Amino acid sequence: MDTVNLAWLLVAIPLASATLLLLLGRASDRWGHWLGVLSSAVPAVLAIVILAEMLGVGEDQRSTRVHLFDWITAGDFTVRAGLLVDPLSITFALLITFVGTLIHIYSVGYMAQDPDRRRFFAYLNLFIAAMLLLVLGDSFALLFVGWEGVGLASYLLIGFWNQRTDYAVAAKKAFVMNRVGDMGMLVAMMAMFATFGSVDYETVFGAVEGTNEGVLTVIGLTLLLAACGKSAQVPLQAWLGDAMAGPTPVSALIHAATMVTAGVYLIVRAGAIFEAAPAAQLVVVIVGAVTLLFGAIVGTSKDDIKKALAASTMSQIGYMVLAAGLGPVGYAFAIFHLITHGFFKAGLFLGAGAVMHGMNDDVNMRQFGALRTVMRITWVTFALGWLAILGIPPFSGFWSKDLIIEAAFTGTGWQPWVFGGAALLGAGITALYMSRLYFMTFHGKARWHEPGQDGPGPEREPHEVGALMTVPMIILAAGSVGLGLVLYQGVPFLGFLESVTGTAEPAPVLPRWLLITLTLVLVVLGVLIAWRQFAVREVPLEAPRGSALTRAARQDLYGDTINETLVMRPGQVLTRTLAATDRYVVDGGVHRVAGLTEGLGQSLRRYQTGYARNYAATMLVGVIVVLVLVLATRV
Amino acid sequence: MSLTHYLVLAAILFVIGALAVLVRRNALVALMGVELMLNAGNLMLVTFARMHGGLEGQVLAFFVMVVAAAEVVIGLAIVVAIFRTRNSASIDDVDLLRN
Amino acid sequence: MNTFVPPVVQWGALTPVLIVFGAAVLGVLLEAFLPLRARRGVQTVLAIGALGASLVAVGWRWSVVQESGASELVGGAVIEDLPALATQMVILLCSLVGVLVIADKAGGEEAFAARAAASPGTRYEAMTREKGLVQTEVFPLTLFAIVGMLVFPTSGTLLTLFIALEVLSLPLYLLSGLARRRRLLSQEAALKYFLLGAFATGFVLMGIALLYGYSGTLRLDELAAAVPATAGLDGLLLAGMALLLVGLLFKIGAVPFHNWVPDVYQGAPTPITGFMAAGTKIAAIMIMMRVVYVVAPGLAWDFAPMMWVIAILTMIVGTVLAIVQDDVKRMLAFSSVAHAGFLLLGIIALEATAIGSMLFYLLAYGLATVGAFALVTLVRERDADGNVTGEALSLSQWAGLGRTNPWLAGSMALFLLSLAGIPLTGGFIGKFTVFAAAVQGGAWPLVVIAVLASAAAAYFYIRLIVAMFFTEPRTDVAGRGSTVVVRSEGMTVVAVAVAVIGTVYLGVLPAPVLDLLDSAAMFLL
Repeated sequence: MDTVNLAWLLVAIPLASATLLLLLGRASDRWGHWLGVLSSAVPAVLAIVILAEMLGVGEDQRSTRVHLFDWITAGDFTVRAGLLVDPLSITFALLITFVGTLIHIYSVGYMAQDPDRRRFFAYLNLFIAAMLLLVLGDSFALLFVGWEGVGLASYLLIGFWNQRTDYAVAAKKAFVMNRVGDMGMLVAMMAMFATFGSVDYETVFGAVEGTNEGVLTVIGLTLLLAACGKSAQVPLQAWLGDAMAGPTPVSALIHAATMVTAGVYLIVRAGAIFEAAPAAQLVVVIVGAVTLLFGAIVGTSKDDIKKALAASTMSQIGYMVLAAGLGPVGYAFAIFHLITHGFFKAGLFLGAGAVMHGMNDDVNMRQFGALRTVMRITWVTFALGWLAILGIPPFSGFWSKDLIIEAAFTGTGWQPWVFGGAALLGAGITALYMSRLYFMTFHGKARWHEPGQDGPGPEREPHEVGALMTVPMIILAAGSVGLGLVLYQGVPFLGFLESVTGTAEPAPVLPRWLLITLTLVLVVLGVLIAWRQFAVREVPLEAPRGSALTRAARQDLYGDTINETLVMRPGQVLTRTLAATDRYVVDGGVHRVAGLTEGLGQSLRRYQTGYARNYAATMLVGVIVVLVLVLATRV
Repeated sequence: MSLTHYLVLAAILFVIGALAVLVRRNALVALMGVELMLNAGNLMLVTFARMHGGLEGQVLAFFVMVVAAAEVVIGLAIVVAIFRTRNSASIDDVDLLRN
Repeated sequence: MNTFVPPVVQWGALTPVLIVFGAAVLGVLLEAFLPLRARRGVQTVLAIGALGASLVAVGWRWSVVQESGASELVGGAVIEDLPALATQMVILLCSLVGVLVIADKAGGEEAFAARAAASPGTRYEAMTREKGLVQTEVFPLTLFAIVGMLVFPTSGTLLTLFIALEVLSLPLYLLSGLARRRRLLSQEAALKYFLLGAFATGFVLMGIALLYGYSGTLRLDELAAAVPATAGLDGLLLAGMALLLVGLLFKIGAVPFHNWVPDVYQGAPTPITGFMAAGTKIAAIMIMMRVVYVVAPGLAWDFAPMMWVIAILTMIVGTVLAIVQDDVKRMLAFSSVAHAGFLLLGIIALEATAIGSMLFYLLAYGLATVGAFALVTLVRERDADGNVTGEALSLSQWAGLGRTNPWLAGSMALFLLSLAGIPLTGGFIGKFTVFAAAVQGGAWPLVVIAVLASAAAAYFYIRLIVAMFFTEPRTDVAGRGSTVVVRSEGMTVVAVAVAVIGTVYLGVLPAPVLDLLDSAAMFLL
């Protein structure tokens, strides 16, 4: 039977589970987390079945549109709710459900001590449901519903431990910055509706030909704004670091593997629009290039292991955005890198979580060191993820990142040199900060000591974590190792995607072997610098003052300050003005009218004298006036 | 004797009756003023009946007389009740309900 | 001389009126012959039974008229068409609820004086109270008033109109003076009502005389026919029409003929006020509608300025004066004036669609008004010795009722919201449909003013709701005792329940009732 018609279950199962867990409350505390895991695993299986079916048919039949129901009907305007199951969306669905299930299992162990664990799983399920809706929807409207849903889930999860105000504040910051991006989404949808009369993919993409390029540029730019918000690209990148306040599984799932990749999905899906608006496309590439360098620079200065990984995510997504902005030549590579990144970044985050678990939830890498002796499994899986992100062959990152660098060097004029150079440089800095992170944590001298012993730093009893946490890490590490090879050489993954994305041969201005060599040279250089600095030399417990660039990088390259000056303060002024206007002008006006009415009432009531004769007199006067009014008009 | 004279008389009687209600303080005089107004109406009805040559106006006049009588009954009952309570038949004395 | 042709009296068609009339006459006889103890019970049963039977009869007549069409009765004196029957239905419904309240002994005592003839404060009065005397003539008087209300909107001639007006008004003059507590105010209300009512009757009679003089006929249809034809005698027609309308405007309480409304509503016994406020307005509005729609459409140009001015003044004065009131009954009285203004919009509209809308509005208004006044009868004061005395009418005395008596306060809130015209209540649908008809008829400036007045009116309705629910109860208010809610015998509760159900039903599912009333969209003639 056509399993693709059951695709709606992919969204419905986790959504139902989330609702159930939230409604049942404490009653489901004992088994809630297993329901959560199941509700992520079943969609994974279903997605695999759908994929198998899809592979069984020819290339041109792989895209299926499943109509669900008529959502909004208002006169001529109808919005139909349906799902689009094609190679692109099923790829994402598989990534989301598979990595999601692993992280669900990990969370069972990670959150074992937390009394609100069931609620955590409810929110995780909610997130899975929303993310699946985002990638499976057949129109921008449904995408937007999923978009908002993941934003909500992200807010709920970042602020999960909302007993701490700074966590709640971080959640609020993420939400607000996402809203800015969402505005872009809304404007884009409105423009689409005005231009094409509809927001579903088929109609919009089919009508792109022959539409005014200016309109398409506007749509493209506003979609890019939305993508920047969700994917933490410049200029909406400031929230991602703060979002690390949430539990580590959240950071792994949402802020590494899935939600932050929604922006990339959006750009690839809307490829037809961008291809018809080259100006917008160029901006996409620029944003990607800037962000990849921005994230990398910030990452080199962070001492908080999670914030460093967050900066890394920002940077890697910059790569994906860069690739997506290059047009058909880069779409498939962007998705490829997205998949591999999902595995190794999730694995790195889970590893960081394991380290934190063993180090009393400490995140300061300056208090780590030499953990490879005490947490062997974590060390190995983390190392594999590290090698993958560096792009060392034959690990997965090598295949995907190299293709992007190649594509970046494609083109004419100044562009390949600038963008390609940025990508290349980024690879080097990536090696630097990731190696720094790795060496500071697992190698070098221990900057902590066991209780009862002498030594620098705080007292810690690091230990390996339980199987519930190590098995997912192992699986993800395996993916980090082999997935790249499998998908590039073993399985025609890129070809599989091409039925959706289109294809173009990358023709880099420098030969391929040169690019690969240059990349590897820069990577090795970065590793060596990091080795010398952080594994060989003593790492000071207190962060040294550092250069101006270091200090700037610690402050996220002043991202928050810029936001505050440019946006927040003028916004506050506007709000205060409006509130004052409301108080004095609007409320004042209302009070004055009310006072007038009451005054009128007080003066009129004196006519109600209580004397019957006065009443009769009023009546007589009234009669005379009436007669005058009636008879006078006749004349 | 033109019939319009009766109409004019009726109008004058009506106005006198209305003024009596307005001007006189004694409730019984006000009642009489109302009676005067009703009878002015009667006069007008009869006159018009004569003008048009029909009987309807006169029939209505009969009814009005009955109604006026009933009205007087009720009015007097009310005035008497008030007089008993307050020992005054002045309309102006009943002014507790005001503003 | 012509041979005398006796008119054919269609007794069957007159059953609704005859039932009530017969019950009233029977009631008078029972007063004479029944022993003292039995009177109250029998009269109550008789009154309620008669009204119920009459309601059934109206239903029967409705189905008959729907099949065979409207007709004139008694030689044209009474018209039986769908609007008339619908009006009678609305009046009977509101009267039934009103009579339930009138019959009830809230707090163990009647709302009416033990002996009307006893002067307040005398030993005679104290004796009548000790003896447990009950003034049960209230029931036949009420039934007579209802007879007048039933016939009034169905009048086909000016004669019937006049008689019905008087039959409707005279009992009410008396009933206003029968309050048990605060008798001085009650007697004053009766005198004012009588005096001003008689004054207005004089004008009505003058108007009728002039109209007769103009057309030579008392029949409305012939009068309508005579309107465009005769030129030159215009003055008589216009003046006559104007005076007739003045009288009717007096009855509904329109400015500048409204001065009696607050005083009479405040002074009369509260059950009578509720009954009066609903019944007279319904009857008077519908007959005014009939007169204007049937006789005066050709005169619309002449009367429009006057009607517009009166409507605007009524809405504004009613609303503005209600805002500054502290007494609940007086506030509701001025709100009633404002509603008269809103209702005038339906008459000015001169649209056939307005008929059904007006009936709906009157039904919703009637139920809410009777219900509200019924609840007022239950809220009493307690004097320094702890005895329950008269009604607690000051707004501050109603504070905190939401906490002590949630059902009473909730029902009162519902009625107030319906009067304010808040959605989900019958009042909203009524206002909406009437205003829509007015806009259709081209009177949109009036509708704008009406909406603004409604918005301002919401203030004093909500003020009472806020006092009930969001204020702490006061234990001692300026020398008066605390507020207590008395138990009713049961009939008031039933009345309030019916009114609540009606109000909610009309607000949430108005379609069936609205369709039914809209089908009554044609006046005969």
